[in-house]
Amino acid sequence: MAAYLVRRALLLALSLAVSSVALFVLLRVLPGDPANALLDVGATARQAAAARHELGTDLPLSQQFGGWLRDLARLDLGRSLVSSLPVTSEIAGRLGVTVPLTVLAFLLAALIAVPTGFLIALRRGTWYGTLLAGVSQLGLAVPVFWVGMLLVTVFALRLRWLPAGGFPAEDWAAPAAALTSLLLPVVTIALVMAASLTRYVHSAALDVLDSDYLRTARALGAPLRAALWRHGLRGVAAPVVPILAIELASTFLGAVVVENVFALPGLGSMLVRAFAQHDYPVIQGVLTLSTATVLTIGFVADTAQRLIDPRLRRTAAGTSA
Amino acid sequence: MRSRALVAGCVLLGGVVAIALVSALWTPYDPGDTSGGRLEPPGPEHWLGTDRLGRDLLTQLMIGARVALSIGAGAVALGGALGLLAGLAAGFAVRWLDDVMAVALDVLIAFPTLLLAMLVIAARRGSLLSAVTAIGLAMTAVVARPARQQVKRVLAQDYVTAARTSGTSWPGIVAGHVLPNIWPALAVNLALQLGRAVLAEAGLSYLGLGPPPPNASWGHMLREAQTTVLVAPGDVVAPGLLLVLLVIGANLVADGVREVADPLLRGRW
Amino acid sequence: MRLLEAENLTVRTADGRELLQDVSFRLARGDRLGLIGESGAGKSLTVLAVVGLLPAGMAASGRVLLDGEPILGAPERVLNTVRGRGIAVVFQDPLAALDPLMRVGAQVAEPLRRHRGLRGAAARRAVLEALAEVRLSDPDRIARSYPHEISGGQRQRVAMAMALACEPAFLIADEPTAALDGTVQAEMLALLDRLVTARGMGLLFVGHDLAVVARISHRILVLEGGRAVEEGEVGDVLRAPSHPHTRDLVSAARRLHGALERMLP
Repeated sequence: MAAYLVRRALLLALSLAVSSVALFVLLRVLPGDPANALLDVGATARQAAAARHELGTDLPLSQQFGGWLRDLARLDLGRSLVSSLPVTSEIAGRLGVTVPLTVLAFLLAALIAVPTGFLIALRRGTWYGTLLAGVSQLGLAVPVFWVGMLLVTVFALRLRWLPAGGFPAEDWAAPAAALTSLLLPVVTIALVMAASLTRYVHSAALDVLDSDYLRTARALGAPLRAALWRHGLRGVAAPVVPILAIELASTFLGAVVVENVFALPGLGSMLVRAFAQHDYPVIQGVLTLSTATVLTIGFVADTAQRLIDPRLRRTAAGTSA
Repeated sequence: MRSRALVAGCVLLGGVVAIALVSALWTPYDPGDTSGGRLEPPGPEHWLGTDRLGRDLLTQLMIGARVALSIGAGAVALGGALGLLAGLAAGFAVRWLDDVMAVALDVLIAFPTLLLAMLVIAARRGSLLSAVTAIGLAMTAVVARPARQQVKRVLAQDYVTAARTSGTSWPGIVAGHVLPNIWPALAVNLALQLGRAVLAEAGLSYLGLGPPPPNASWGHMLREAQTTVLVAPGDVVAPGLLLVLLVIGANLVADGVREVADPLLRGRW
Repeated sequence: MRLLEAENLTVRTADGRELLQDVSFRLARGDRLGLIGESGAGKSLTVLAVVGLLPAGMAASGRVLLDGEPILGAPERVLNTVRGRGIAVVFQDPLAALDPLMRVGAQVAEPLRRHRGLRGAAARRAVLEALAEVRLSDPDRIARSYPHEISGGQRQRVAMAMALACEPAFLIADEPTAALDGTVQAEMLALLDRLVTARGMGLLFVGHDLAVVARISHRILVLEGGRAVEEGEVGDVLRAPSHPHTRDLVSAARRLHGALERMLP
């Protein structure tokens, strides 16, 4: 396990390095001059050169990257071209929306998907199981922002039970109001996430239900429910945990889109605005952070899977299997 | 056909394809025609009503089908071709190169598709072509990773090893052994990716990063309709519904191909 | 619990095909019945039907009685007390039959806890005793191992220890030695022989190898294509098989083992 951890951590470090270099290069080589964001229409070439000099984009790429890395080590991601505020503090101010949104949606999705996946597997062949499977199939085909629009229309605009969007100006100093404004977005993301998660849980649950070891446990007198608690959850967790990491990444993606439906001041709406305004430091900051988060979660999930499944501990680390 | 899922999926997909084909020849109105009243309800003039600029909703829906399908199909063609090539290359590559590609694919898969697409689009501005490029490129890793595993599995078979050692060229191996063995899994994956691509495009357009009118897609329509949902709920429901039907169609085709190719998997989805 | 009976046991698939047809047998405590047939003859289906664990989509009819009480179609509540304590099963593939994600000790402790109410230190002691009883050397290490870390023979002994931990009246062994090689197989049979005698259990031994089944059983029941074609004392059947299929099995076993000759007086 120790050898695995070392190798996997090295792999994580390598992929973090590769992804940050790739992001950096991609943002620089793609057409479009960040200096334009600083300039008014009809600016002179001299003004443009001055703007480039101010941004440092007139330096060679390697020098730019070196500078960026030095700043990153001090947690300095540069300043927004639009607001002139440090990107780090802009991001920090918005984590209070995006992190709870993603985490709550993910937890709710897991709470829905695990029992549903098991139920569909247990009730295969009955109308009840078919109905659940059909609903889950539907959930896979629905765009997350459309679900959000429909929920807003019904619960906010028609019934007026919940706010249609926005976030309290007091932030989490008004916890009740903050939670209320996150409720619909959380449910929106969770419903869509639950659909794809249910699929994986269902498939893994079928494997467990058809397994010889579950049959052994039952043949020795364990009631189905007890056997499922003891063997089933673990048996489902082993294949599903690494998928959870990918699902968490798509939950974040869901948050990016859904924040725009509900006008939430989170990382997602910040990112979309930055794209529209060509605010490169912000784009790079948010993307670097989210990629690093996703890769780190993948590391945690792979390690967790090894802790659950002893058979994996003997084989070599790496991803070639 | 032996699979109900395949039949249902083909019907749904075929329906949307038919709408798209018709829209190329005829639409009730010109897409830019704003002569209708604003937000008119469905009626004899405008069967599905009009949007807030007075444009005919049915016309826009039909054009949206064309946009969704061309971006979806284009992205699948691009991503599928690149992904298959990468998968083949990794499968045939020497050990260290294969390892490098495996790690690269893992990193790419961890990187959310939509963000990658946004990056490309941010630089190239929204157009039909940049949407296809962005989504297709983002799809490459998702196609390449399983393809690589399947290629390796086929190459590990004794009879393939025998063919290789007896001097069959690698194009011969690919055409004779690899492709025939991996196409069902590839087809299933590509059908699923078609649905994903259509959803991704809708998301991009909804965020305002998609192709601009007159190639407005369903996602763009939904973005426009959001503010007027209470007055004209149909403007929100219709594009979303078509989107869902198209994606379900693609997913059902994927399930159907899987069932036909591997009857043991029946009942799983 | 003295008597396990099956009467006209029949198993059908959802589309009405009969995989098992009118199989009947009686097994008293202390008695040993061998169930023999080729793969697909319905041996494992018989076992699963008796304990009520047929795969989804198959249905059993007929009667299965434990001491005269019907257990076929009985509610799960009843079956959960019958399984384990009344009838325990050792399945054929010991790698698949053990949970790959759980240490062996925890798996053996499960029936001990359920049927004998053992907890904590007492359960741990009983696990080690159970493993020692099936002649596993170093039970401490085995208990701490995961199934993939021990050998096939050891896994089969663990599966046996789990079944015996229930202190069953009847033991069903479904091809318990099929996956093992010669010497290990012989040791397993000797162990099974000794334990069944020591505890006075009834044994239903299922196998496809006549030489193996004959060595441990008193009577045998021959299955072919889902039907019982012959039943009798082991000696009688081996000496004078009446059904053509049984004759084939006997001559095949003769060719393979030559052992049958030596077993007959």
